[in-house]
Amino acid sequence: MFSTFDFDVIWRSLPYLFYQGMVFTLTLTAIATFFGLILGTLIAMMRLSSNAVLSGIAASYVNLMRSLPLVLVIFLFYFLSPYIGQWIIGADQPVQVGAYTSTIITFTLFEAAYFAEIMRAGIQSVPRGQVMAGYAIGFNYREVMRFVVLPQAFRNMLPVIFTQTIVLFQDTSLVYVLSITDFLGAASKIAQRDGRLTEMYLFAAVVYFTISFTASFFVKRLQKRISIIR
Amino acid sequence: MNYNWNWGIFWDQTPDATGTYFASLMSGLQVTVLLALVAWIIAFVLGSIIGIMRTLPSRWPVMIGNAYIELFRNIPLLVQLFIWFFVVPELLPGEFGMWVKQLRNGPFIAAMLGLGFYMSSRVATQVTAGINALPKGQRMAGTAIGLTTWQTYRYILLPLAYRIIFPPLTSEFLNTIKNTAPALTIGVLELTAQARSMQEFSFQVFEAFTAAAGIYLVLSAVVTIGMRLIEKRLVIPGFNVGK
Repeated sequence: MFSTFDFDVIWRSLPYLFYQGMVFTLTLTAIATFFGLILGTLIAMMRLSSNAVLSGIAASYVNLMRSLPLVLVIFLFYFLSPYIGQWIIGADQPVQVGAYTSTIITFTLFEAAYFAEIMRAGIQSVPRGQVMAGYAIGFNYREVMRFVVLPQAFRNMLPVIFTQTIVLFQDTSLVYVLSITDFLGAASKIAQRDGRLTEMYLFAAVVYFTISFTASFFVKRLQKRISIIR
Repeated sequence: MNYNWNWGIFWDQTPDATGTYFASLMSGLQVTVLLALVAWIIAFVLGSIIGIMRTLPSRWPVMIGNAYIELFRNIPLLVQLFIWFFVVPELLPGEFGMWVKQLRNGPFIAAMLGLGFYMSSRVATQVTAGINALPKGQRMAGTAIGLTTWQTYRYILLPLAYRIIFPPLTSEFLNTIKNTAPALTIGVLELTAQARSMQEFSFQVFEAFTAAAGIYLVLSAVVTIGMRLIEKRLVIPGFNVGK
């Protein structure tokens, strides 16, 4: 069955696949993880706050995002963000946002909901006594969070955060629906141009598998190292 | 915002004159639910087999099970769908391959297999976790009263394990519903696809996607509430995992 395979098409398109495609995939993963984690932590703190309004808003945001398919959210923000941009800066016309920017916004906002749940579990995993001890030595809320709770929460949740990042890395392939040239988008453009669907899609699968598998191998090792301490 | 709201759009005819936009969203919902259900059956059966294999006392089934899970978990769903849809028919031998390519329901079948296999690796993880969560004594007791391995699983381990993992399985089922959306890329006309074509024909972006989002929310709320009712009856007294 491999006799009709044209491995050369992969070889020829490597620069395009990686310099164009994979660079975008990794950039999107990195940006969405970074900002999603910050936003997610804020949402988690809101959700755990004693203020009913704040925690209500945070909870509904998280539940809303987690009940919707990512593909739908990608479309929604793609069509929505020109109008939101117009509303924010008060322009006359809908603002040109573009597929790249809108996917970055989408992934950040969408992943923030998932990171928020992870961070909520992380914050709750820090014993109450730690918080009380923090207040007892005269810290205010901000300092307790900054110096006592969050460092421990991040540490406890580190393996889960990385696992979510691997999931996010795989999910970025969904930007395909906006015809963006991420790794899968690049592979599928070559596949359709050269009529080499079999080779390109199998190659894409191998690359995604290798990266995700290697990454999750290291996450497992990290998990073991962390779990000894606790 | 100078956007022309028109919530009455749902009762307009679609350009292909097959009915109203509302009707096309409903047909999308139907496809979504149907796809989620058949994919779930595949995922549940395969996931159970693989999950059980990973808890068997011998080494080979465990290794095969682990490899299976790694394979389906580390490739994005979209790539798996493309492989089922574009690649697998090519690799099938001659006439059978042609027959598969000419199937009218090709996209749906590919999506069903792709999603089913993808979710099966997650179900397998849960099944393994459920069996491993049982006290070791359960298995030993089975052996002690002379049950074979098969009987131990059939009468002791599995009935307990499935009751324990019912809540996580519910959320995997909800994931299955959400994961039907990427199937639009291979031409399955499910809910998101219908919302998108409604947006393309009518230019009512917000109405189309808000409606679709609303339907997804209702769907997941219905499933969640239904499952909670069942969950209450399935809870094993005295065996509260982590609560």
